[in-house]
Amino acid sequence: MALIRIKQSISAISRGRFTIALALSFVLISHATDADEETRSRPLTSLSMGFRFTESTGEELFASACQGCHMPDGKGAVGAGAYPSLAQNSNLESGGYPVYVVVRGQRAMPPLGAMMSDAQVAAVVNYVRTHFGNAYRDAVSADDVKLVRPGK
Amino acid sequence: MRDEGNTGLRRRDLLSLIGTIAGSSAMYQAMTSLGFASESTYKGPVRLQGDVKGASVLILGAGLAGMTAALELRAAGYKVQVLEFNSRPGGRNWTLRGGDSFTELGGATQTCDFEEGLYFNPGPWRIPYHHRALLDYCKRLGVALEPFVQLNHNALLHGSGAFGGKPQRIREIKADLQGQVSELLAKVTQQSKLDEVVSREDREILLQALQSWGALDRNYAYNANLISANYRGYSRDEGGGIGATPLPSEPIKLSDILHSQLWRHLRNFSAYHFQSTMFQPVGGMDMIGKAFARKVGDLIRYNAKVTRIQQNDSGVTVRYVDSRSPETPQLAKADWCVCTIPLSILSQIQIDVGPRMKSAIDAVPYASSVKIGLQFKRRFWEEDEAIYGGISFTDLPIRQISYPSTGFNRSGRGVLLGAYVFEGASAYEFTSMAPSERVARAVELGSQLHPQYRAEFENGIAVAWHRVPFTLGCAGNWTDETRAQHYDSLCQIDGRIVLAGEHASYIPAWQEGAILSSLDAITRLHERVVRT
Repeated sequence: MALIRIKQSISAISRGRFTIALALSFVLISHATDADEETRSRPLTSLSMGFRFTESTGEELFASACQGCHMPDGKGAVGAGAYPSLAQNSNLESGGYPVYVVVRGQRAMPPLGAMMSDAQVAAVVNYVRTHFGNAYRDAVSADDVKLVRPGK
Repeated sequence: MRDEGNTGLRRRDLLSLIGTIAGSSAMYQAMTSLGFASESTYKGPVRLQGDVKGASVLILGAGLAGMTAALELRAAGYKVQVLEFNSRPGGRNWTLRGGDSFTELGGATQTCDFEEGLYFNPGPWRIPYHHRALLDYCKRLGVALEPFVQLNHNALLHGSGAFGGKPQRIREIKADLQGQVSELLAKVTQQSKLDEVVSREDREILLQALQSWGALDRNYAYNANLISANYRGYSRDEGGGIGATPLPSEPIKLSDILHSQLWRHLRNFSAYHFQSTMFQPVGGMDMIGKAFARKVGDLIRYNAKVTRIQQNDSGVTVRYVDSRSPETPQLAKADWCVCTIPLSILSQIQIDVGPRMKSAIDAVPYASSVKIGLQFKRRFWEEDEAIYGGISFTDLPIRQISYPSTGFNRSGRGVLLGAYVFEGASAYEFTSMAPSERVARAVELGSQLHPQYRAEFENGIAVAWHRVPFTLGCAGNWTDETRAQHYDSLCQIDGRIVLAGEHASYIPAWQEGAILSSLDAITRLHERVVRT
């Protein structure tokens, strides 16, 4: 299903590779293709009020929780250290691995398990495993997430 | 929950409430008797005595931990060199002023458009009075300090679902909570319901204390009168001449305060780290980093990105690249190494240390945090609302608005902290936005507390710490479990390498933690050097 969103960028602050200085342009975003990942940094329609994320779809959760570090195109970034690219990432082949990392964190990556429900973790993992050049069709379930929660 | 009906106190609310009120004083008493509250672990300037035998030390990172080590080790006779990723000293000790620009991970560059003299501290921004090491370095390095206003009774507490979204003054919530709880306690005391735990002799004193602390009248009631107005404020202030009679104001009912949840914010003023007096350097927090750099700047090699840390029996070798010519690897060698690189980055660098230290380096996640500075055409918070410094708290995703603790009562422009988000979903959400959108969102949300935002806003700058290239996060986020398992292993000297920084302290995310960690690390390193 294709979604049409109004993307309004406020001013031309960004000079980097993800420059998005189009004032009030219409951008077609498709769940099925990644054609627009590079320029996608769409405004969040709502912000979570509390500790936990309130978004529910994988796409929304990626845009709220993951792209801060892994970037809107999923390709990560490099500074004094680096954020790994999720694009065409063979580490995602086994769905249990990203589920574990999202719930429990890994090295400097914070554990997000306490901020998401089992269904939310499953949704965002399934989204990443089927986007950014990944095509792993064996979806993970909320029950898979339950299994890796601390104390389980 | 906010939308529950007024069905009386819930047990959890009441317990939290008592924690808020009794907690701080009970905690303080416990801490004083243990000698914690009155003493810092800082014992005055570090004394590194003895022959260092020409030893050399390579310091990685020119933040406060690194520069503290550089300053003290050179003074003790070591040959010192420092490698720093940034092109400036200070690390997270950082201030943005008009003309500064900052490129975050992902490539977005922001240029700060603040008027000359106005600034914003994206990192640390306040110094508790008990951070004695940092205060001592400020004194020794000639950094002028001024008060940082943490508690301003006239700042706001705001809940989007409380009081119809109308912000309340801190003094009203604080006075009314104290008053209403005092009345409640006085009532049960007089009804002899506390006789089992309060002796007859203590009972009268308790009533007096409640009357004094809660602004109760002579019948131990908290009512609209000039006694409560003296705490919560008047509906008409005391004046001069004819018609100057002050008028009391109407206290808020206990149930309304409880359901508003606004009492939750009061702990931000009673916690040990936020008690008066707090300080800030005059002119911006980076005055501290710059003052250190005046002493040790000649030792620092900037734009140096560390890629490999090796050690053997005879010394330490660090491979790095100059970010302006990254194709040519460079080497730095020394007898010893003090590494202050944040664990978020160090965990990605190949380093020759034992498995216990390596596990510790890999065990600490880095917190998400966002700060946004906003410039306005005028200081409307002072001119319209008599808010001079301090912090307003809200349940909106911006969490806090902090008014400048400097330049009071001046006409003209001002810069305030328009959002300080630390952990929680909204920290990640703000990080995920383009910088311009972070600023726009902070203005939109902040206008719910201050409608003047819409007309007076000029420009802003937003720093999301997970997008900061030199830290990849705000600070080390330890838990009790990870500390128990890894903290000592992180702090041990491993061969010729010792780690330092806020992450190697029990005061994470505070500059004091970085300095105390560094002083401890170099003291132990020096003992080893002198002994061998």
